[in-house]
Amino acid sequence: MAERTELTPEETQATQIGEYKYGFHDDFTPVFQTGRGLTEDIVRQISAHKSEPEWMTDFRVKSHRHFVDRPMPKWGADLSTIDFDNIYYYMKPVDQQAHSWDDLPDGMRETWDKLGIPEAEKKYLAGVGAQYESEVVYHNLQEDLAKQGVLFLDMDSALREHEDIVRQYFGTIIPYNDNKFAALNSAVWSGGSFIYVPKGVKVELPLQAYFRINAENMGQFERTLIIVDEDAYVHYVEGCTAPIYSSDSLHSAVVEIHVAKGGRCRYTTIQNWSTNVYNLVTKRAVAEAGATMEWVDGNLGSQITMKYPAVILNGEGAHGEVLSIAFAGKHQHQDAGGKITHVAPNTTSVITSKSISKDGGRSSYRGLLQVNSGAVGSKSKVVCDALIIDDESRTDTYPYINIDENDVDIGHEATVSKIGDEQLFYLMSRGLSEEEASGMIVAGFVEPITKELPLEYAVELNRLIQLQMEGSVG
Amino acid sequence: MADLVIRGLHASIDGAEILKGVDLELSKGEVHAIMGPNGSGKSTLAHVLMGHPAYEVTGGEVIFKGEEVLELEPNERSQLGLFLAFQYPAAIPGVTVANFLRMAVNAHRRDEDGNENPIRIPEFRKLLQESMEQLKIDRSMTSRYLNDGFSGGEKKRMEMLQMAMLRPEIAILDETDSGLDIDALRIVADGVNSLVGPDMGTLVITHYSRLLRYIKPQHVHVLVDGRIVRSGGPEVADELERDGYAPYGVVEEAV
Repeated sequence: MAERTELTPEETQATQIGEYKYGFHDDFTPVFQTGRGLTEDIVRQISAHKSEPEWMTDFRVKSHRHFVDRPMPKWGADLSTIDFDNIYYYMKPVDQQAHSWDDLPDGMRETWDKLGIPEAEKKYLAGVGAQYESEVVYHNLQEDLAKQGVLFLDMDSALREHEDIVRQYFGTIIPYNDNKFAALNSAVWSGGSFIYVPKGVKVELPLQAYFRINAENMGQFERTLIIVDEDAYVHYVEGCTAPIYSSDSLHSAVVEIHVAKGGRCRYTTIQNWSTNVYNLVTKRAVAEAGATMEWVDGNLGSQITMKYPAVILNGEGAHGEVLSIAFAGKHQHQDAGGKITHVAPNTTSVITSKSISKDGGRSSYRGLLQVNSGAVGSKSKVVCDALIIDDESRTDTYPYINIDENDVDIGHEATVSKIGDEQLFYLMSRGLSEEEASGMIVAGFVEPITKELPLEYAVELNRLIQLQMEGSVG
Repeated sequence: MADLVIRGLHASIDGAEILKGVDLELSKGEVHAIMGPNGSGKSTLAHVLMGHPAYEVTGGEVIFKGEEVLELEPNERSQLGLFLAFQYPAAIPGVTVANFLRMAVNAHRRDEDGNENPIRIPEFRKLLQESMEQLKIDRSMTSRYLNDGFSGGEKKRMEMLQMAMLRPEIAILDETDSGLDIDALRIVADGVNSLVGPDMGTLVITHYSRLLRYIKPQHVHVLVDGRIVRSGGPEVADELERDGYAPYGVVEEAV
């Protein structure tokens, strides 16, 4: 609590004027790309270009067939406007991955500087992976962690260097036929992170991946696999941005996480795609006995997001948590939430969702709480709060709860509120402008989530929210 | 001319006229009390002076330091030096008292062109600490969320703390005594008295004369049915304590 009061008003209330500030792009010619659209031949080309083992090529082809056959999901946001034939599915920006920022081409280096990644690495990160289009162009891990046996590489390198581990876990939590977009990712995946934290090793500083789309109509399909061994700990953070274009891009990731007995993994996302990106992501973790899995999922950008980070509580006493925050502005639909499955006895879970809708934006909370027969003594609490800034905006709640066990303790609360006239008048009577006052009310609304974040990310999240709030009133 | 001049002020809410021509003059260094029965328009007057958007001003003017106040947004009025201590302050969950106070102090330090001149952190801490000691407010209050789950007494003290830190030229206290026990009332009154001086004028709005035993007004006005029907010295409060509002045609319990 004491630490939170150190967040200065200048930080919580960004004074910077302007809207999306990451909408710039580089003029950059990729060294290899597969052209618009997707065929089985392109899937094979991608695999061949990466010189992959046969089992992976087969996996991709099988996934592609499923993607083609699988109908579009009709239950969530409207996806009918996606033009799959207009997307580039694979684009390789540079020949080689760099381990020093200076080894990147000038224009690209400048982009990362503008995004503040090299500076953040110096200040508070244990390792960084930076993906540009389809490939991770920069990767680095602190030496002492490497010495302790921590593995942190891009997924393609992991497949080359640690094929046995990858083959053991890849696609086991999220099978290729899980859903249409998981199938798409399984067919054309490229980049993403692979992390292994050995028994008992606690990675104190966060590991971060940053995903940047640069080209118009780009499809980015990173694949992430995290294995946290017994009693180990890691905090993985991902951020993402893209240029503003008049036509659409597609981002479809798959993230699988295993947390072994007594381990803990926290996965934080600050999603800030430009509003021409479809963001359709499948994320799922398995927590074994006494393990903890926490998803902190911030969705501020994109045109449409559909994402429901999931935890399967597979071992006795496992704990799962989803903190979801969504901001839906003009032309945005954030369909976000979380899924928890209680499999083992005495497992506990919390889903906390906070959404803000303004300027005609739409946010939906969609959650599933499943308690299997035999998960005796399980406890779960779901709280979803929605804040609506104006009359054009919309919020919906779709909480699905399936309980197949009697001896459980389940709580669900949902609230919808508007910024109150009395709150605004009160703050304005103390000298705050209407914008500052509503910004402060929104910052307070999301505080239960931002206080869970390391200071740097709390500041960043608040800053992005305040930028979104600018010009929303009056 | 007085620092604050109210002339012929008419205001209504949802089409019902509440203020029917209020005239009042108040200067720095003065303490005025406005007393009136329930529904006489006391709180409406306070809210209209601060610019609450629910009220419609249908006539009259309010001049403060030569500016037409009724044209200004509530934040501009605040920056000009007006302050309203609310009877029912709003709660702002998730926003700590310390953060809020710093934002408010900085809003007052902006120049006319909106350029920032934020207070330095050590200076802010010192100001906060001194003000809290003066009002006997526990330090732990600064990390609580503004008015969220505060008791009635805590809310009133928080209003006084804001007043102490923002140093208004004219402070309007809207029923600051309501809901306070005698000890809390004393603390609040001591706080007000320590701020009252040549640099601040005070308008105390109250139903009961009890608060006026602790905050001594030089001028007392009686507001009935949207108009000031009597103005005088402290003796007016004594009369009201003795006779209630019955002499003004109001049937009510004793004051």
